[in-house]
Amino acid sequence: MIWNNESETLTDRKKQSLQGELLKNLVNRMYKSIPFYRKKLGAVGMKPGDVSQVEDITKLPFTTKDDLRDNYPFGMFAVSMEDVVEIHTSSGTTGKPIIGGYTKGDIDVWSEVMARCLSASGTTQNDVVQNAYGYGLFTGGLGVHYGARRIGATVIPISGGNTKRQVMILQDFNSSILTCTPSYSLYLAEVGEQIGVDFSKLPLKAGNFGAEPWSNNMRKEIERKLGLLALDIYGLTEIIGPGVGNECEYKCGIHICDDHFYPEIIDPETTRVLPHGEIGELVITTLTREATPLLRYRTRDITKLIPGKCQCGRTSMRMERIMGRTDDMLIIRGVNVFPSQIEEVLVNIEGVEPHYQIVINRVGTLDELEVHVEMNERLISDEIKVLETVERKIQSDIESVLGIKVDVKLVEPKTLIRSEGKAKRVIDKRQL
Amino acid sequence: MKIKQVSIFLENRAGRILEITEVLGQNKINIRALSLADTSDFGILRMIVDDATRTMNVLKDKGFIVKESWVVAVEVPDKPGGLASVLRILGKKDINVEYMYAFFEKPQDKALLIFRFEDPDEAVRILQENGIEVSGKQKLGLG
Repeated sequence: MIWNNESETLTDRKKQSLQGELLKNLVNRMYKSIPFYRKKLGAVGMKPGDVSQVEDITKLPFTTKDDLRDNYPFGMFAVSMEDVVEIHTSSGTTGKPIIGGYTKGDIDVWSEVMARCLSASGTTQNDVVQNAYGYGLFTGGLGVHYGARRIGATVIPISGGNTKRQVMILQDFNSSILTCTPSYSLYLAEVGEQIGVDFSKLPLKAGNFGAEPWSNNMRKEIERKLGLLALDIYGLTEIIGPGVGNECEYKCGIHICDDHFYPEIIDPETTRVLPHGEIGELVITTLTREATPLLRYRTRDITKLIPGKCQCGRTSMRMERIMGRTDDMLIIRGVNVFPSQIEEVLVNIEGVEPHYQIVINRVGTLDELEVHVEMNERLISDEIKVLETVERKIQSDIESVLGIKVDVKLVEPKTLIRSEGKAKRVIDKRQL
Repeated sequence: MKIKQVSIFLENRAGRILEITEVLGQNKINIRALSLADTSDFGILRMIVDDATRTMNVLKDKGFIVKESWVVAVEVPDKPGGLASVLRILGKKDINVEYMYAFFEKPQDKALLIFRFEDPDEAVRILQENGIEVSGKQKLGLG
C-alpha cells in the first residue's frame, strides 16, 4: 500500500528537479547556520551558489561519525534550541552518543516517512500496531509511534521487553502489525510457543523489523514461526531514526524515501562515487532536515542501490538489505570482500553451519584467502570423497560470489573461541 | 552381522591422535582396529572399538566430531590370492568397496579385514552365500 502516491511515484525528471532544489536550499542553510559546514565547504572552495542541481552533490564534502563526536553535543545544530522540540541519541556504547535534534517540521517529516514505511507493510487505520521498539532516547519507539499515529492506526506503545506480557497483549488486543528487532520477534515466537500460543490463529499480518542486521533466512524463519509478512525497515539516528526506507511486499530492496534522504554509494577506500548496482558504503544527505541536517553522511553500512520502478508502483531508489559494515571490509587482490558475503554462502549449503574463519596470507605479492569452515555432526562422513565434495562445493560457491579464488579448509570446531562470545572472523596475516 | 565403526574428524595437527588414544585409554576402551585416511587439510580416523556407543559419548564430550557407520568384518583366507577371491565375488555382483583395512588380531588361517560398503547388508548376504565368513560382534567380542 502506498501512503503518499505523489511523492513515492515521482518521475525521474521531477524527482531530480525536486532533489536539486532541496539540496541548494540545504547547502544554503548549512552555510549560514553551522560553522562546521561553512568551514568544510570553504575548504573545498564551495559556496552555496555553486550548487544548482542534484548532480553537484559529488563536489560537496562528506560528514563522518567522528565529525559528529567532535561537535558533541549541539555543534551540528542548524537552529536555535527554542525551535528544537525533541532530542534523541544513539546508545553511545562506544563513547559519546550521536545526537539528533528535531524541529516541529522534522517531527512532521519523520511522521510522514514512517507512515510510508508502515503502509508498505500494509498498515491502515484499522490496524493495531504493537510497537515493541524501545521508547526513550532511542529513535525506534517514538519513530514508529509517530508514523502509526499519522496513519491513524491504534498504537500499543508497549516498548521492548517483558516478553510474557507482549505475548498476552498480542493475543488479547488483536495486534495485527508487530514492530521490533528481528531477533526479538524470534524470541517472542519462542516464548509464545513455550506457553502454547498458536501464532497462525492470531490476526498478526505483518511486521516492520530493523535496527540490526538480519538475513533472508532469518526472514523465512520469522514468517514461518509468527505467520506474518516480515519486512526490513532501515534507519539510523544520525539521519532521522527509523523511516529512511522500508521494503514493500515484493521484497526486492528497501525503498528509500529519496525526496528526503538522498542516497549515494561510494568506494569506502577512495570515496569515489560508484555506479548503481555496485556494492559500497551508503552515504546519505538529509535533504529536508531542519535541526540537524547532514551532508553526505558516511553511514559505514555496506549495500548497493537498485534504481527503476518497482512492481509495487513506487519509483523511489531502492537499496539491498545491509550486507555489512565498512569496518568489516577486507581488500583481497583489489576486490572488496565482506565476511557477510561468505556467511551468506555457507548458510545456503545444506548441512554447513555459518561457523567460519577467514585467514588472509600474502604469498609473494599476492593475497591468498583461506576460508576455514567448521566440521559438524551433520556434515561429517567416514568417506574422504564426501568431505572433499563438500569442500569443493563451498569453494566454488564462494568464488562465484566474490569473483576471486579461495582455498576452503574443513576444520575442527573452535569450541573455545565461541564460548568467549563473539567469534573472531578474520585473521589477517599479511605483513604490509 | 555388520559391526559399528566410529569415525573421527581430525585437522592435520600434531598430537590429535594422541589425545584420542589417551581419552579412550582413560575410559578403558580398547581399540581393535583402526585406519587413518587423510588429505592435505584433514583426516578421518576410523576405529573398531570394544564399545562404540561409549566411545562416541566420551569423544563428543571432548569436542570431537564423530560419526557411527556400519562396516563388515570379513574373514579372508590367509594365503596368496585370498583377498582376490573375496573381491572377485563382490565384483561379480557389482558391490563396490568404499575402503578397507585390517583388523589387528586374526583367527586361525584367516586374515580379518574391515570393509566399508554402500549397502553392508547386501554385501554380507552375498559373501555368506559364497561361503565367505563374516565375523559378528559376539565373535569379535565387541560391546
